Amino acid sequence: MDGVNVVELTIVIVFFLIVTVMGFVAARWRRAESLMHLDEWGLGGRSFGTWITWFLLGGDLYTAYTFVAVPALMFGAGAAGFFAVPYTVVIYPLVFLVVIRLWSVSHVRGFVTPADFVRSRFDSPGLALLVALTGIVATMPYIALQLVGIEAILKAMGVEGELPLIVAFVILALYTYNSGLRAPALIAFVKDTLIYLTIIVAVIVIPTKLGGWDVVFGAAEEKFSAGTGAGVLLPATGQLGYATLALGSALALFLYPHSITGVLAASNRDVLKRNMSALPVYSLALGFIALLGFMAIAAGVTPIGEDGNTIVPVLFQEMFPSWFAGIAFAAIGIGALVPAAIMSIAAANLFTRNIYKEFLKRDATPRQEAQVAKIVSLVVKLGAVAAILFIDPQFSIDLQLIGGVIILQTLPAVALGLYTRWLHRGGLIAGWFAGMAAGLLMLYNIPRLGPDGTVVREHFGGSSFALSKLGLDVASSVYAGLLALLANLLVAVVVTVVLRAMKVSDGVDGTAESDYTAEREDPTFRDLPDPLESAPPGAAGERATRR
Amino acid sequence: MRSDRSPWNWLLLVPIVVPLLVPVFNRVEPTLFGWPFFYWVQLLFVGLGVLTTVLVYRATRRSPADQAAARAAVTRDARDAAARTTDDRNGGH
Repeated sequence: MDGVNVVELTIVIVFFLIVTVMGFVAARWRRAESLMHLDEWGLGGRSFGTWITWFLLGGDLYTAYTFVAVPALMFGAGAAGFFAVPYTVVIYPLVFLVVIRLWSVSHVRGFVTPADFVRSRFDSPGLALLVALTGIVATMPYIALQLVGIEAILKAMGVEGELPLIVAFVILALYTYNSGLRAPALIAFVKDTLIYLTIIVAVIVIPTKLGGWDVVFGAAEEKFSAGTGAGVLLPATGQLGYATLALGSALALFLYPHSITGVLAASNRDVLKRNMSALPVYSLALGFIALLGFMAIAAGVTPIGEDGNTIVPVLFQEMFPSWFAGIAFAAIGIGALVPAAIMSIAAANLFTRNIYKEFLKRDATPRQEAQVAKIVSLVVKLGAVAAILFIDPQFSIDLQLIGGVIILQTLPAVALGLYTRWLHRGGLIAGWFAGMAAGLLMLYNIPRLGPDGTVVREHFGGSSFALSKLGLDVASSVYAGLLALLANLLVAVVVTVVLRAMKVSDGVDGTAESDYTAEREDPTFRDLPDPLESAPPGAAGERATRR
Repeated sequence: MRSDRSPWNWLLLVPIVVPLLVPVFNRVEPTLFGWPFFYWVQLLFVGLGVLTTVLVYRATRRSPADQAAARAAVTRDARDAAARTTDDRNGGH
């Protein structure tokens, strides 16, 4: 146990035990008739009010990886890392308009996943399968990245080996299996209390110790004026990339299945609308967290073993007494568990609804659905642990980069689909393939450059695509995901026009116009419906007999 | 039929567009408490986002009668759920 910080480790373990107990007790919280129904296990009974939704979505969207990676980016790349702030400002008004429509239609038709919606709206199990697979593939590396967050704090505490990581995730897997979405919802309270406490203390204590904000920004200015000469600002060529990355990431965030899971668990539309005003509090916190990267520069922090992700834990150790560093580490560690649980639940819901029930066992009972989802959530988490143990963590970071680009390719079907059915299902499928191909091709051709401008790695080195590669005579680069989305939309529109001209059938819309604005008190509103048997518009009689 | 269209929604474009106008705020002066403009103004945009969403939410909110009905629906569900668990404990259905 040489070099292990006992005080820090003890505090982290105590908090971890508290959260574990809460995770199991959560099954009894807001108790349902039975957890053996996907609406109960996978969506917490669709009953969460404003506060719980705020903690749940906040716990879901601002992950341990964010807390570790954003400051690391600021530390390494300067102003470009601050994109996280405009990204999380832009997102809420966008969601305000779009996602509440998804909430309404899902509650009328009983959708649990975005792919359920696509299946019904465009009458296409194939398109739904593409959306579901995209969601699962994009989510997996995201879960693995949460482990990178835990690894960073373990390294800082001097804990060797991978056993603690495995133990933490096995326990997480067990209480998620047991309690479903209620577990992360309950634990999110603890996580956020600790996170906010840490940030408030950090932004007061650290700059004071360093000699004020002038010193913090001055140190960053000095570090970054050497390379591009832009100092703490963006170089002229980096501005378009900054804006498009912020916009593209914002569009992607609420397409991720785990965000949609959090949204659908809300009890009514007002809860969501109020949250779009209250969630930005986290963005404010994120801005301060980002600046921890500059504080680390001013404090002269050196990362452990060239792992840039360790700069925040090391900074905390240098600036705080051990007991408070322990609390901060617990915040980051628990910050990994909450989103990892929600993500695995979301992936499990997608598999159960859009693969198992659609293609493997059409007559699955709700009980069987819940059982399959619980098992898949275990498999997904064990897969994430295996990914971290057997492959280079850098590989998950690359996959996560790809994840953002590919999840954007579901935007035409999911987000535009909430407003219009003009795009033909065939066009959407063609667009998905085009966007996917374009996105992967671009990412493959982005090298990573070292500080001196030499190529460190040839492929998948980042997400900003140089416009000069398209033959344009400019030095700017653009977020590859947005370009891929443009290709996707272009193909979708062209193919739609062609298919419509050929009079190819576009199936029967399983939703009605009024579904998209439905409120909780509406007679069409259902709590425990069966989505794939969803009645076509107007067939109210069938529902009456079933209830 | 109920609709979620409202001219107020156009206001939501402000917090979407403003944070993306990077060349406008990519500068150091004026600084605030030692923070370059680039950093403090973007934190200010968070406030802008909150302000506009609150404004649009309040302006497009449903009538008090509708809200009361929604609340009643929520309490009704909670009561039903409670009744169901009591039934279970008593061994009945």
